Amino acid sequence: MLGLSPLMIGIIRKVKAWFQSRKGPSVVQPYYDIIKLFSKETIVPDQASWVYRVAPYVGLASVVVAGLLVPFFTTRSLGFVGDLIVVIYLLALFRFFMVLAGLDTGSTFGGMGSSRELMISAIVEPTMLMAIFTMALITGTTTLSSISEALAVNGLELVRPALFLATAAFFISLLAENARIPFDNPATHLELTMVHEGMILEYSGKDLAFMEMASWMKLMLFSTILSNVFIPWGVATDLSLVAIAIGLTAILVKVLLISLVVALIESGMAKMRLFRIPNLLTMSFILALLAVTSYYIL
Amino acid sequence: MQTNAQILFQSMIVLLGIGGPVSLLLRRNGPSVAVSGSVLSLISSLLGIVVSSIVIIEGPLDLGWEISTFFGEWSLSLDPLGAFFLLVICIVMACVSVYSIGYIREYEGVYDIGVLSGLSILFFLSLVLVVSSTNVILFLISWETMSMVSYLLVVFENRKNNVVSAGYLYLTMTHLGTAAMTVALLLMAHYAGSYSFEEMAGGLDGMPLATMSAVFVLLLIGLGTKAGMVPLHVWLPAAHPAAPSNISALMSGVMVKMALFMMVRSFFDLLVPTEHWWGLLVVLLGCISALLGVLYSLKERDIKSTLAYSTVENMGIMLIGLGTAMVFASYGLSELSAFALLATLFHALNHAIFKALLFMGAGSVARATHTRNMESMGGLAKRMPYTSALTFLGLLSMAAMPPFGGFVSEWLLFQSLIQSVSVPDVPIKMLMSVSIAVLAITGALAVSMAVRLFSSTFLARPRTEAAERAHESPRSMVLGMAFLATLCIAFGVLSLWAVNFIDNVTSSVLGVSIGSDIAEGLTLRSTDEGFASMAPSLIAVLLVTSAAIAWTAAYTITKGWKERISGTWDCGTPLGPRNEYTATGTADPIVRVFNTVYKPRSELRTEPSASPLIKKRLFYEIQFIDIFEKYLYRPVAKSFIAIAKRLSIIQAGSIQAYLSYIFVMLVALLLLFR
Repeated sequence: MLGLSPLMIGIIRKVKAWFQSRKGPSVVQPYYDIIKLFSKETIVPDQASWVYRVAPYVGLASVVVAGLLVPFFTTRSLGFVGDLIVVIYLLALFRFFMVLAGLDTGSTFGGMGSSRELMISAIVEPTMLMAIFTMALITGTTTLSSISEALAVNGLELVRPALFLATAAFFISLLAENARIPFDNPATHLELTMVHEGMILEYSGKDLAFMEMASWMKLMLFSTILSNVFIPWGVATDLSLVAIAIGLTAILVKVLLISLVVALIESGMAKMRLFRIPNLLTMSFILALLAVTSYYIL
Repeated sequence: MQTNAQILFQSMIVLLGIGGPVSLLLRRNGPSVAVSGSVLSLISSLLGIVVSSIVIIEGPLDLGWEISTFFGEWSLSLDPLGAFFLLVICIVMACVSVYSIGYIREYEGVYDIGVLSGLSILFFLSLVLVVSSTNVILFLISWETMSMVSYLLVVFENRKNNVVSAGYLYLTMTHLGTAAMTVALLLMAHYAGSYSFEEMAGGLDGMPLATMSAVFVLLLIGLGTKAGMVPLHVWLPAAHPAAPSNISALMSGVMVKMALFMMVRSFFDLLVPTEHWWGLLVVLLGCISALLGVLYSLKERDIKSTLAYSTVENMGIMLIGLGTAMVFASYGLSELSAFALLATLFHALNHAIFKALLFMGAGSVARATHTRNMESMGGLAKRMPYTSALTFLGLLSMAAMPPFGGFVSEWLLFQSLIQSVSVPDVPIKMLMSVSIAVLAITGALAVSMAVRLFSSTFLARPRTEAAERAHESPRSMVLGMAFLATLCIAFGVLSLWAVNFIDNVTSSVLGVSIGSDIAEGLTLRSTDEGFASMAPSLIAVLLVTSAAIAWTAAYTITKGWKERISGTWDCGTPLGPRNEYTATGTADPIVRVFNTVYKPRSELRTEPSASPLIKKRLFYEIQFIDIFEKYLYRPVAKSFIAIAKRLSIIQAGSIQAYLSYIFVMLVALLLLFR
């Protein structure tokens, strides 16, 4: 998953370039970026403390561990080690360190990014939890791989209105959590609107490489959860070769589709004003809440 | 084993009973009394830890001494529930007493430190008596002693105006609570025909349901006041920060838990939770407390007030758990009830540990910078490396980050809340799912709160000269904090053991043991087979390994550890402390989103200069109105004062008039109770 995540970023960028009638960089450009960053010098701001230094490692570690708990092409994962609550809180651990690192540099940009990120996460995190709880109610488990398996095996029997509401809510969270348009513009630097880029502005060299890898991995992780937990059809439920082949193809196709949708949204929409963001987020939270209640009523 | 434990328990009570008054008498020799007082409480708390562990594993224990009084036998006895809370008290107390050795030097020559030390021992004693009293009257006396001694400790820095007013507020509120509780407990004693808790437990069958509900509400008011339940919380954010920091750690870490202790005892042991709405009411109040607590904590600039509001939040979370346990119990789902109660008790333990740690950290910071205002701190991570690292661990636990203790208890709580699908009534299920949402929002906001606290205190540049000159605290203070920080990690990573330990407590309350169901091998599970599982120790191992791999990879790829220290990018203008985000600034977006709750009144004033485009100076002021203070307490206080003024007519000041009042009253009473 870690290996594939730069490719996804590359694809999104390529598609966006097409829409802007540009040729755009090659889809493997993000890999080159990472390699380049490792050969560059690392510069640490003089104001930063140990928090700034450990943040890239803790961040990457928490995203990787979260990745181990999510079913990728097969439902056999390390699901018993942690369920969806653990995944969401591991991502929160990443954010915790990233936000602190942003504030640690003593630069106004870092602080701006961090405080906005806190606002966004205050609504997104409960939305995600509620969305996945809905799935837990439908399938009777909070372990991600078991949710995936239950839906994949029982198929259409379990489809309810709640499922669609939860999927919609989760998709909005995906955009918000990964700093995509309309919440944040991943392509800009030094704009007063930036959130994610503001926090990692001071990072350079290998530290920046780790931070970028962790954030890309996070997008991949969200897409995987969306494809395998909410629309898990095609995922391998046993370890036979055929099933794994189908599972791999299915996840690749689904992630590709999600990348296309994300790129489409980014090309067709402008970034929102900062204080209109909460409206959209609250809407997604209400969607998630509706999903839970509709499960009980319908 | 039992007789040995009895002797230990006896010696602990004797030590504390003699130590308190003696150190008050010898207070003239301040410093030496303070040190010996700390050593004494350390010894007693270690004894307490041993005693309570024995009781939790092996069963109840009597002190063996009794006093016969008019209100039945007065004795002390520990059952597993009491022992669990004794354990909480003693763990925190042990660390606080080590911390105090260094901390109270601060007051040397300014205030009487002999008194501080003597009162802390008495406070400790009263806490022990509260959890072990077997008799209603003895319990009420200990409860009142606890309140009064803590009041005296709150007003210890009595030359500061705001401290004294915080003390008065605390005094008023705590007596309101004690009054409600006294009525409720005496009503129960009346129906049971006995003052002993043990006999009351089975003797309330004759009580009509309406009376029982009234008793429940009174107890909830009385104990809720102590627990800092919204809307009875107003005293807590005022009183906890006003006390010296070692005392704040005890009050926030331990004293509020006494309310939880008595709630569990009275709602489960004495009044069996039969009505659904009892539990729902507790859940509702818990939700309000959790949400408002965390929101208010985000607006505070005082580091200790922030922590005090977070106590309100965490008590709210515990109330949600307790209420859920009551709802489950009222439907006869005893296993789920035990699960929710276990999560609640575990959260109480974790909260006691990290909150005490954080208050100690705050005290350490305040000692170094001579201020509690976070806006005038900053940059302390470099100047106080140990304090900052230990506080950081406490904050991670508070923000429920895996694999810390706070996370495991929150996970258990989430799991027990999701199990509310088993409740047969749909409306109740829906209400419970709202409480899941509330818990989720609270969790996310708690992260923001932890970030804000840490960043404005410890990170970036120092904002004032005092912060610039700050240096590390004495070794004893660091040691006290280090022990609690270790526990924050231990109760997360080794939580399976802790869960099995606490299971002894819940099974003694509810009669159902679920320890073997939910803790198996390396994983913690939900009571519902296959619903969810988590392995905190494995998460920890995975996290550490992957971080280590990343580090090694970086080290090998870049061939050694090369980095250059350089200035933060400054757009060409040198950066100063005024460029970094303040505590208010960090929370500002959240404050705007939750505008309806905060109702802030902000004002922006500009000082004009020659050109309208260039402003000389900008003033920004933001004020928060406490909605409870404005709409609930002010009107009540006003009407009381108005009534008192009316009544003052009868105070004519002549002795004859007073004598005639007494005579009339006497006649009336005689007629009434002939």
